[in-house]
Amino acid sequence: MFAFFLSSGLFLGWSLGANDASNVFGTAVGSRMIRFRTAAICCAVFIILGAVISGSGTAETLGELGAVNAIAGAFIVALAAGASVLLMTKAGYPVSTSQAIVGAIIGWNFFSGSPTDYHSLTKIMLTWVACPLLSAGISIILYKLVTACIRAFKPHMFHLDAVTRYGLLIVGAFGSYSLGANNIANVMGVFVQVSPFPEISLFGWFVLSPAQQLFFIGGLAIAVGVLTYSRHVMMTIGKGIMKLSPVAAFVVVSAHSLVLFLFSSQGIEQFLIDHGLPAIPLVPVSSSQAIVGAVIGVGLLKGGRSIRWRVLGGISSGWIVTPVIAGLISFISLFFLQNVFQQQTYRPAAYSPAHHASERIDNFNISTESLAYLAGQIHPEAGEFNLAFDADPNRTDANCAEQEAIQIAGDEVIRSKKVSALKQHAGIRPFRAHR
Amino acid sequence: MEFNILKKRFDIGRQIDDFLDKVSESGLLFKHGVDAYLKNNFDSFTKKIEDIARVEHAGDALRRDLEERLYTQTLIPESRGDVLELLENMDGLLDRFKGALWRFEIERPDIYPELHDDIRDLATCVVESTEAMVLSARAFFKDISAVADHLHKVSHWETQSDKVSSRIQKQVFNKPELDLSYRMQLRDFIRHVDKIADRAEDVADKLRIYVIKRSL
Repeated sequence: MFAFFLSSGLFLGWSLGANDASNVFGTAVGSRMIRFRTAAICCAVFIILGAVISGSGTAETLGELGAVNAIAGAFIVALAAGASVLLMTKAGYPVSTSQAIVGAIIGWNFFSGSPTDYHSLTKIMLTWVACPLLSAGISIILYKLVTACIRAFKPHMFHLDAVTRYGLLIVGAFGSYSLGANNIANVMGVFVQVSPFPEISLFGWFVLSPAQQLFFIGGLAIAVGVLTYSRHVMMTIGKGIMKLSPVAAFVVVSAHSLVLFLFSSQGIEQFLIDHGLPAIPLVPVSSSQAIVGAVIGVGLLKGGRSIRWRVLGGISSGWIVTPVIAGLISFISLFFLQNVFQQQTYRPAAYSPAHHASERIDNFNISTESLAYLAGQIHPEAGEFNLAFDADPNRTDANCAEQEAIQIAGDEVIRSKKVSALKQHAGIRPFRAHR
Repeated sequence: MEFNILKKRFDIGRQIDDFLDKVSESGLLFKHGVDAYLKNNFDSFTKKIEDIARVEHAGDALRRDLEERLYTQTLIPESRGDVLELLENMDGLLDRFKGALWRFEIERPDIYPELHDDIRDLATCVVESTEAMVLSARAFFKDISAVADHLHKVSHWETQSDKVSSRIQKQVFNKPELDLSYRMQLRDFIRHVDKIADRAEDVADKLRIYVIKRSL
């Protein structure tokens, strides 16, 4: 049964492999710098490696947005994302699996009455906007660097050709790894909570967690997509989007790969935190938008005449339209699956204040005394918990306005009424869900 | 495997250099051949014809091999068409030098002495324009930013060649005592040689576009 429900995620993985591999190797294969077979094998292997080794960061972020806790629900969420990708593609809109899955998860949250973590949602949406911008910035810097090197070393045309081929293969492998690491959460993230796999120890050397096994299966699905269906897309991308020289293609794929890596590397995140720097959020981003951003960066350097600005309009509309459509499809499909096919699409989760949350709020020097009235209360769902939170017996009409003002000032946040405000200040999930 | 592929790239770079050497050599042989013809040194002239035929044959073989390698090894896919066209056009210049020298051999025109210096000048201009074209082509492969340094010289020598050619034709047609048929034969000769510089300029114009296409 699990295999059946997993099929929607596998389909999503297959379509991701068929489409997004072209972002990594499309230009190289389309311009015949690299043979399709070499590109496809390299891409498939590194996507699986990226998914298994570094896929957990972005999956965690999606988990924060909404923890889909029933297999049938996960099936519908992945299916809704896949269907909206298909619909939007048919309609000619640039579409991203990352945006579709986020919308589908929010659809599930609404249907199951689970709270949507607006802090995570804001973080994810801001990252979508930042992704093409960052990609454009990186591609501009890289392009300047590469052209300066070429001008300084003056390589023979044929030597530059050979070096560019190897460069495209190496950044392609890196891009595939980053794609696997960043986008596996889209494919398998919703199944992590319901994974039936036990932990596997390989010769005692390393342990494959249930999530990693899921990511391996998802990575295989993406790899199958790459091997079976990406050829045509690669040839179209290589010749279609914009005429890029192999050197420009190298820069564009490098920028894309770096951006995807930045948004999925737990190592970099930890490094930044250790050095007191603001961490880069680990969020699944759109590989296509990273590529388009990088191409626009190179286009801007060349005077911006060849840039089709309509594409930008399409991208920004996708930030809103794709999640909304995916969310609607998800909500409606969940309704049908639950009420017509009698499948459990979510398991009710009860909420109560968690001890560890209080401790961590204390660490921020915020008083938790006013939460005392909630102690011991268990609420069957998030909505009711929010109501109980609002019904603070110590609060009077007279001090309500004052408390709101205090909330805005960022002081005594614990007495504010919004769950999300607590999370923003404490940086944690303050309440434990009883499953 | 990596070193093998890099070695192949070095080989093909050397082959292109060899081919451009042949084009340059054909120009020098042409110049020496014309000089020998004007001095009535027919042994030396015949030798130059044999040499230029050999060079042209070797150039053809190199070009064919290069074209085959460019396609079979799918090298420089984005510039392959341009490079093939450039090689063929350069080979065209080589053929024209051989053709011009053969025309001397076949028709054996009787060029009166007052024209000798001008004809030598014309040959020099034509050879210099081709030489500048060869340097431009080499720069296209090795240092694209230096192409412009040579391209303008092609135009310069082509203009000089036009001036010399016009001067010679005026001289020929200002001699009414010569037969019209003889004057027309000389005119065709002059035009035939001058056309080599025109052709070099055409190739230079195309190269200018290839450079824009490859510019970073």
